[in-house]
Amino acid sequence: MAMNKIRGAFAVPRKGETFELRAGLVSQYAYERKESIQKTIMAMTLGKDVSALFPDVLKNIATADLEQKKLVYLYLMNYAKSHPDLCILAVNTFVQDSEDPNPLVRALAIRTMGCIRVEKMVDYMEEPLRKTLRDESPYVRKTAAICVAKLFDLNPSMCLENGFLEMLQEMIGDPNPMVVANSVTALAEIHHSAVELGALQITANTLRKMLMALNECTEWGRVTILSTLAEYRAADVKESEHICERVAPQFQHVNASVVLAAVKVVFLHMKYVGPELAKTYLKKMAPPLVTLVSSEPEVQYVALRNIDLLLQKQPDILNKELRVFFCKYNDPPYVKFQKLEIMVRIANDRNVDQLLAELKEYAMEVDMDFVRRAVKAIGQVAIKIESASEKCVNTLLDLINLKVNYVVQEAIVVIRDIFRKYPGYEGIIPTLCQCIDELDEPNARAALIWIVGEYAEKISNAGDILGSFVDGFNEEFSQTQLQILTAVVKLFLKRPEKAQGLVQRVLQAATAENDNPDVRDRAYIYWRLLSNTSDQNATKSIVLSDKPPIVTTIHSLPPALLEQLLQELSTLSSVYHKPPEQFVGQGRFGADAVQRAAIEEQIQNARENPLAAAAAAAVSGTTPSAQAQNNVENLLDIDFDGGAPASVQNNAGGMSGLEGLAGTPVRVQSPAVGAPAPSGNNNLDDLLGVFGDSGASQPSSSGANGSGAAGDLMNGFSGLDLSGTTSPANDNQKKTNEDILSLF
Amino acid sequence: MLSGILIFNQKGENLIFRAFRSDCRPRLADIFRIQVISNPQHENIYLVAVTKSNANAALVFEFLYRLIMLGKSYFGKLDEEAVKNNFVLIYELLDEILDFGYPQNTDPDTLKMYITTEGVKSAIANSPTDSSRITMQATGAQSWRRADIKYRKNEAFVDVIEDVNLLMSATGTVLRADVNGQIVMRAYLTGTPECKFGLNDRLLLDTSDTTGAAKSRGGGGTSGAGKATRAAAGSVTLEDCQFHQCVKLGRFDADRIISFVPPDGEFELMRYRATENVNLPFKVHPIVREIGTTKVEYSVAIKANYSAKLFATNVVIRIPTPLNTATTTERTSQGRAKYEPEHNNIVWKIPRFSGQAEFVLNAEATLTSMTHQKAWSRPPLSLSFSLLMFTSSGLLVRYLKVFEKSNYSSVKWVRYMTRAGSYEIRF
Repeated sequence: MAMNKIRGAFAVPRKGETFELRAGLVSQYAYERKESIQKTIMAMTLGKDVSALFPDVLKNIATADLEQKKLVYLYLMNYAKSHPDLCILAVNTFVQDSEDPNPLVRALAIRTMGCIRVEKMVDYMEEPLRKTLRDESPYVRKTAAICVAKLFDLNPSMCLENGFLEMLQEMIGDPNPMVVANSVTALAEIHHSAVELGALQITANTLRKMLMALNECTEWGRVTILSTLAEYRAADVKESEHICERVAPQFQHVNASVVLAAVKVVFLHMKYVGPELAKTYLKKMAPPLVTLVSSEPEVQYVALRNIDLLLQKQPDILNKELRVFFCKYNDPPYVKFQKLEIMVRIANDRNVDQLLAELKEYAMEVDMDFVRRAVKAIGQVAIKIESASEKCVNTLLDLINLKVNYVVQEAIVVIRDIFRKYPGYEGIIPTLCQCIDELDEPNARAALIWIVGEYAEKISNAGDILGSFVDGFNEEFSQTQLQILTAVVKLFLKRPEKAQGLVQRVLQAATAENDNPDVRDRAYIYWRLLSNTSDQNATKSIVLSDKPPIVTTIHSLPPALLEQLLQELSTLSSVYHKPPEQFVGQGRFGADAVQRAAIEEQIQNARENPLAAAAAAAVSGTTPSAQAQNNVENLLDIDFDGGAPASVQNNAGGMSGLEGLAGTPVRVQSPAVGAPAPSGNNNLDDLLGVFGDSGASQPSSSGANGSGAAGDLMNGFSGLDLSGTTSPANDNQKKTNEDILSLF
Repeated sequence: MLSGILIFNQKGENLIFRAFRSDCRPRLADIFRIQVISNPQHENIYLVAVTKSNANAALVFEFLYRLIMLGKSYFGKLDEEAVKNNFVLIYELLDEILDFGYPQNTDPDTLKMYITTEGVKSAIANSPTDSSRITMQATGAQSWRRADIKYRKNEAFVDVIEDVNLLMSATGTVLRADVNGQIVMRAYLTGTPECKFGLNDRLLLDTSDTTGAAKSRGGGGTSGAGKATRAAAGSVTLEDCQFHQCVKLGRFDADRIISFVPPDGEFELMRYRATENVNLPFKVHPIVREIGTTKVEYSVAIKANYSAKLFATNVVIRIPTPLNTATTTERTSQGRAKYEPEHNNIVWKIPRFSGQAEFVLNAEATLTSMTHQKAWSRPPLSLSFSLLMFTSSGLLVRYLKVFEKSNYSSVKWVRYMTRAGSYEIRF
């Protein structure tokens, strides 16, 4: 009895789904077997582990039923790794199938073999692959071509030893366009994962072949060929001209990705052809780009992001197409936001009226985020186009008069920027001051206070306004506090008789009752400046110095990054506006490289800072490195399981340097992307507050990265300067100040 | 490239999981928000593509939409039920159209030759001779057409369908008016015919001197033989056109001749865009007054701007009402109007709208008072309609010529239709 019980515990369960499936898989009736295979696949999709059925499913591999074969193959691909030994049993069928008279079966066999990532299977792949690469059917050949890339991924050395790479290179000359396209695809993939091999070398001959295939292969093949052409550096001007000429007709393709790929090729090769010709191509490019804007929202978004890049390089290609970018009521928000940015970019003095009317319309909608961006866009237009500034200011005043809280706040922030460029609009200040009670965001409050301080001599009740802010000084955000401080000091310098008491109160509040070091520091600086009696003008020339005018508030990418992104048109990188190294590493295993870099960093941290690490370890109760790994797994990757595939190791050996490079930049915040971090902002404001006593706005938001360091630097400067009060020092300082500002 | 394709239902359950690369593991399905590059939603499912590389985003999105199209062409519609019922077929399809994450041939007509819903037909593909023929075609330069097509009567139908988009400001100025047109062709032609297609495209008319041979179907004075057309109607400037893969793009680029070997049956020959001289079929004058906080008064007049011989069908005007509308009363001079609370719309339907006619709707919406009054965003009023024998852009088919070895004569039919794309009027 006891024996039986024990035996029963080890035996396969006699009930449950797996049992039923198994029974079906070995049934004597073909239809029952097929049905069970289907059910097994279904279970697999739902995430159930049906790997226990491996031997039974495998029994069904030898069948004439193509559909059943496909299902068994699908199962094999999924679970081959869990039963590497049993895969050998399937090899025979694969080899037989690869010689089947039916090309569909031959292709299926070679396609599946490449997907079974088991070392033993790879050993048997050589012969079938060699045969199918020379198959009479183009369908089999094109499948085999991709299979070479799969083999290279699994076992590069085997791929090279057997000369598959050379065979693939020959296949670019294949008479069938699909085979050409897939060969190029495979070669490009190999090329990108191992650049040193130079797998994809374009010669005059292959170029001709590819251009021929371009007009005949499928849309996806065209994309591949076009992407390859875009990376190719033409030998001379003539070749560039030729490529442009052959590629330009693809602008008319119905598939958006083909159009974008063609635009990419022409745009990159255009640099080398004559300016006249380049101009005609730019002209030709505009209508297809505009057409992309009416495609599906996701595709549209990709197109818009790319158009944004193209416009930064060639600002006037879409000059006349403003209307196309008008937002539709039902556009998803991400499309609307991007359209706004593009509209501002193509605004000029001819279409500005139209644009302003449209922006005003948007500013009266209800979606808060969209409204704010619309208001911001009006400000950007005002600063971009001088002749339109008055209209913009009037539009903003109209919007302020609507008394919608968030519109007013955004408008004030925008108007502050406008004052930085056109100081002459002081007539509107009374209107602004009326809405002082409605402002509750620190940014908007700070903006208004800055305006009051800047025009203190012209606002009769500036003292009262600032007085009310000083009363509540300690309840304000530090950002606003800094502005109050600066504004009161400005007022005092301009009209000492009115603000004597005020300035004392605010300095008192900022130094004695405030615990924000930035605020305190600035207050002390002012205090010292003001208590310096030997040279009254020194203080004035520092605090009331002229500020460099804002040139633009439109966000633009740094030229180097832009050049890099233009090479990446239509890829994810062009959508994120980040270079690929920032979200993937080198080649296919980039993510792994990133992950490894992160682990190393954690370990490094642990080494350098054993105390903190120990503390952290004590908290979590694990050893530092284990904890590091935990973190990494949480943060970075979805499928980190320690055992990287063999080829990863190979790759790592070959290009560890590269991977290191690829890994590191991820942790550095991009200088160009997104809004600056709040702390950066503070620093910058701080810096500007000391020297330009403005803290108004950054001419370009790309300053975030540098501002921290610059802030430190300038703090050092200010420390130096406080001791010496001679005017040359001030001049000198002013110069630095301007230099620094012009940096941003 | 693509590492995998996943399909989820709205609850986030994984319906289809197909990995193409080793870096795509089943656990991914649980956390698909990480490194997800797309999720076009269709019906009640999400289609998700996963990649770890710097993939071509435009291609991926296009591909997913192609997948949806393919699903529609196979199952009628691609929703959760269709996916569940046909998951085997979907796996089969994915296997065929994506290899190692690279899209292959996705043309539904070609695929249907060897991947079929019924088991019966797939027997054809099992015979070696047929399948080698199929694969030849699937990879050939004319992957869209079989060689052995025969018809007793050779016919070709051309439908010119235009979606007219309008955005009109509250003051009645046209902010934006353009036409997205498509030309759909149904070709029932024997052999491998070479077709040439001519439009009253301005750039083409300047250079060519061929006369038309298109016959018009149905009444109306808008179409006719080529000569008459050229004399009567002006020419149209096409802003941009895109063609089906069968059209020889090189020839169009060189001398603007649309030349192609058509697929069998129905296909979209081309799409185009026109922005100049757009004829707006309807003029709408809305007057909307908010009276206090409790009432909104509407007076909407709509006038047909086309010839009295024509008539539009299924004209539907959607008039937005504030969110806190309690009841409405409507009076119309034609058609029926009804308040649809779920869409916050008054829907005014006019089944048949003759040319040059003008109709008016007067309505009143009573609002309930709300504790926190939020401003009404006044979404634009929108219109939908379809109008036969009218093209907003003024585009006409001048000729369609068919050349074939056996030199048979063929009959061609042309039909024009204008529909509303996004026809919006602000008020």
